[in-house]
Amino acid sequence: MKLYLKFLSVHLRSAMAYRAGFFLTCLGQLLITTNVFLSVIFLMERFGSVGGYTLPQLSLCYAVILAGTSLAECFARGLDTFHRILSDARFDRILLRPRPVLFQVLCQEMRPAMLARVLQAAVMLAWAVADGAVAWTLAKALVLALMIVCGAAVFFGLFLVNACICFFTLEHLETMNIFLDGPREYGKYPFGIYGKPVLLVLTFLVPLALVQHWPLQYLLGRGPLWYGLLPLAALLFLIPCALLWRLGVRHYRSTGS
Amino acid sequence: MKKYLSFFKMRLMAGLQYRAAALAGMSTQLVWGAMEVLLYRAFWLEAPERFPMGMQALAAYIWLQQAFLAFFALWNWEYEILESVKTGSVAYELLRPVNVYSMWLARTAANRLARGLLRLLPVLAVGCLIPAPYGLRLRVPLPVFGLFLLSSVLMLVVVCAYSLLVYALTFYLTDPGGIMFLSIAAADLLGGAIVPLPFLPSWLRGIAQLTPFASMQNVPLRIFSGDIPLGQIPAAMGLQVLWIAVLGAAGYLLTKRGLGRAVILGG
Repeated sequence: MKLYLKFLSVHLRSAMAYRAGFFLTCLGQLLITTNVFLSVIFLMERFGSVGGYTLPQLSLCYAVILAGTSLAECFARGLDTFHRILSDARFDRILLRPRPVLFQVLCQEMRPAMLARVLQAAVMLAWAVADGAVAWTLAKALVLALMIVCGAAVFFGLFLVNACICFFTLEHLETMNIFLDGPREYGKYPFGIYGKPVLLVLTFLVPLALVQHWPLQYLLGRGPLWYGLLPLAALLFLIPCALLWRLGVRHYRSTGS
Repeated sequence: MKKYLSFFKMRLMAGLQYRAAALAGMSTQLVWGAMEVLLYRAFWLEAPERFPMGMQALAAYIWLQQAFLAFFALWNWEYEILESVKTGSVAYELLRPVNVYSMWLARTAANRLARGLLRLLPVLAVGCLIPAPYGLRLRVPLPVFGLFLLSSVLMLVVVCAYSLLVYALTFYLTDPGGIMFLSIAAADLLGGAIVPLPFLPSWLRGIAQLTPFASMQNVPLRIFSGDIPLGQIPAAMGLQVLWIAVLGAAGYLLTKRGLGRAVILGG
């Protein structure tokens, strides 16, 4: 852990070395996600509500997903760009060092600019809270924290799957963007909006609805407490991801470059 | 003219080789299109009377948008051109008996065309398989279809002219990153990417109409979906031509001046 913090500070300092560039990147990242939510605002202005959700409730919903993806994108950057780690043979060096492999991959690259998006999520969350989107209790506040943390964990799992595929293809597979970039785009609405088939897939296959749609029902007083605990069940997704990672590492053969 | 055309053809052939990448990209586009249609369906089921365009028209717009993505997506920058300006290797181009701007135009247009053509048909095919009103409507009057094709070509040229203007500006800026991401964000917002232009609040739609971004995907997609009445199509396409002239002239002059100003140090 101490070593990880050390790496974190190194990456932070290297990002801050080009301060103007860093803030420009932050701004660029923020513009993308702001645009995503602007589309929600424009449609809600026209329609008032959709599927029984109001704008502040949707703000809460998107804030959860945004915080989760951004945390994962910041700290799992090494998995996101794993094809580069493979292609320039950094992975060979990693295998030689007496530290856990995954730990070292995570330490390779971090993306502090993504934390700007976490800030955006915090602002959207604060707005939703101030607007009284939810009648808050202590339990609900805990469930909200659980949604964000477990959301980040599920996205971490997805990044891990992405990296595992790189073991076999040696290249980044654009198809994975459906799950890496897609949720950041389509998580602006509760996944139930997209209809039952989508909700089922995102509940049982890639459990993103377990950290967003279902616990949101509990927060809005439309579901029982156990809906609020479903984010914990989403953590089960990490098991197959971890197994796949081990399979990938065992399958690994150096490209020799 | 002939040398630019043959360079264009060469780049196009090279671009058409990346079939695996196109296949992977296509799957993303299909999911994106489906999610977008499902989303608007939720709004449609709730309050169809508040739609500024019909569901059928909107669905056609969305599927075409996904099919045409590579034609107009500004984030498909030509990094080779940007690098050549940044490192100064653009100077080699001066040794060749060609106009730099025209070469860039040929390269940009060919790459966009190749990327787009590779992804186009399967997305359109899937769009057509989906039942009405959520699929791609096919019965378009022939003259409208002709105008749609023409306006698609104009869209491609507008997008290329805009990109070239950005490349030309890199002669004068130390880091083009800022203008690049601002362009992308503005095009997303004002060009009909995050929501089609009719869905924007009227004040913002007014602003959007004044920018070149409204002359990109907005025009051909809405002509095809029947959202722009036949009488207004000539005006919309005229505006596209106007933007081509303005952006083209600005980019051409800035490139010429930038190259004239450049001092090449030996080495």
